Amino acid sequence: MFVYADNAATTSVSKTALDAMMPYLTTLYGNPSSLYSFAQKAKEALEEARQTVADIIGAQPKEIYFTSGGSEADNQAIVSMAKFGALKGKKHLISTKFEHHAVLHTLKQLEKQGFEVTLLDVHEDGVVRLEDVEAAIREDTALVTVMFANNEIGTVQPIKEIGALCRSKGIPFHTDAVQAAGHMPINVQEMNIDLLSMSGHKFHAPKGVGVLYAKKGMPLFNIIEGGAQERGKRAGTENIPGIVALAAALKESVDNMEANTAKIIPMRDKLFAELSKIPHSKINGSLEHHVPGTVNMCFEGIEGESLLLLLDSKGVCASSGSACTSGSLDPSHVLLAIGLPHEVAHGSLRLSIGEYNTMEEIDHIIEVVPGVVEYLRSISPVWEELENGKRKHLI
Amino acid sequence: MALYSDKVMDHFQHPRNVGKIDDAPNVGIGEVGNAKCGDIMKMYLKVDDGVITDCKFNTFGCGSAIATSSMATELIKGKKLEEALELSNKAVVEALDGLPTHKIHCSVLAEEAVKAAVKNYYDKNGIEYDHEKFAETHNCDHCVE
Repeated sequence: MFVYADNAATTSVSKTALDAMMPYLTTLYGNPSSLYSFAQKAKEALEEARQTVADIIGAQPKEIYFTSGGSEADNQAIVSMAKFGALKGKKHLISTKFEHHAVLHTLKQLEKQGFEVTLLDVHEDGVVRLEDVEAAIREDTALVTVMFANNEIGTVQPIKEIGALCRSKGIPFHTDAVQAAGHMPINVQEMNIDLLSMSGHKFHAPKGVGVLYAKKGMPLFNIIEGGAQERGKRAGTENIPGIVALAAALKESVDNMEANTAKIIPMRDKLFAELSKIPHSKINGSLEHHVPGTVNMCFEGIEGESLLLLLDSKGVCASSGSACTSGSLDPSHVLLAIGLPHEVAHGSLRLSIGEYNTMEEIDHIIEVVPGVVEYLRSISPVWEELENGKRKHLI
Repeated sequence: MALYSDKVMDHFQHPRNVGKIDDAPNVGIGEVGNAKCGDIMKMYLKVDDGVITDCKFNTFGCGSAIATSSMATELIKGKKLEEALELSNKAVVEALDGLPTHKIHCSVLAEEAVKAAVKNYYDKNGIEYDHEKFAETHNCDHCVE
């Protein structure tokens, strides 16, 4: 059996999205910047997509900028607010310890350029506290950026409340909503969001297309210079097929959100319930505030990469926050941020479920994971020491 | 291209000589690595007349950590202790048809695990040895802490 359980990494393109984009790959391939009517059809599709996305998140079409993906949107939002802040002498940026690297690395870059960055704790439950945000805010704070939902552990942040706080202080608020868009209701007005990033391929659009929402009045600086596309804020011929597919996929995801969630939750809960029976395992992050499909657990005494490779050999596609899978010495910064010791974080497994998964697939995962964990523990000197008492169980 | 060669995958999925050897005067046991860094190798050698007659390992770590341990045991089984000491991480990598650059570290651990086990055998039996051959073991930031 083949089970794709890595939907937080990427998703398949839905038929709806593919059908929507196909004409713009084949017959209606004109460049929207061209004058003739043939190309204007592409331009119309672009503006229609912009309207669709705007309507879904409660924005104005003029506030929607199409990008190459979530990373570019994050980069542009953060760099823009930093530059704008600096013009007014504000060089302090607030974020959290467990943001996506598209945010963290951008902040690190800005730090080198003289900005000061405060990264807030996300506590054991993987949720940032409003009072921590409030305490971190200074006279010279130029931006608060907090992700909507975490990509590894799926915890959802108090976005609306942070947004309200920032608005009351006159500080721009950005959220990386890459893991939330299409999976949870988002309304930028109700949630007091000034800037928001999303990525199409997380909700069944193709890779290579994303959105930056920037509220009217938020000054954007270009990351890519060139032509006057996207109201002069993002040069480069528009990825019309991708943009059309993104709008179609987002609409489809949002239209079916309730049904999808109702389908995903029982699958996720079964995974949590059954895999928790594995001794010395731990669920990572609060389940109270959670995206529907993400399951993140640790199994003590084993290492994540070997776990993934063996699951792969049994047809299960999953991911891990171990150092070996990240190619660095340290395990996932997200797992460390929620206070897991290194040795426990190495044994993490992320399964991310989507509406295309079935209960039979979940049963297959439940069937194979315990055996693989048991096998790896049987050859693990760490597990041996945990069992004979030479090493203390941490979970 | 896949992350690992077929040989690495074979030794990972079907590791040779997994297990333990009960401690005895003619058994050398060596452990290297650190759980914090995500890999620990424990190597067991049974020595008769200076020859490694049996060799087992236990490893906590990634696919290549398990595969390099497995290959290292294969390469030293039946060899004289002096020959086992000559085992280089490079030889382990070559025998596995290569490793990704960021996994070379695992082969270094395998080499060190063998050396640690031999050293343990020497120490246990009061055998003199050239300390230079057991120079500085591989350390990472966490292990140094």
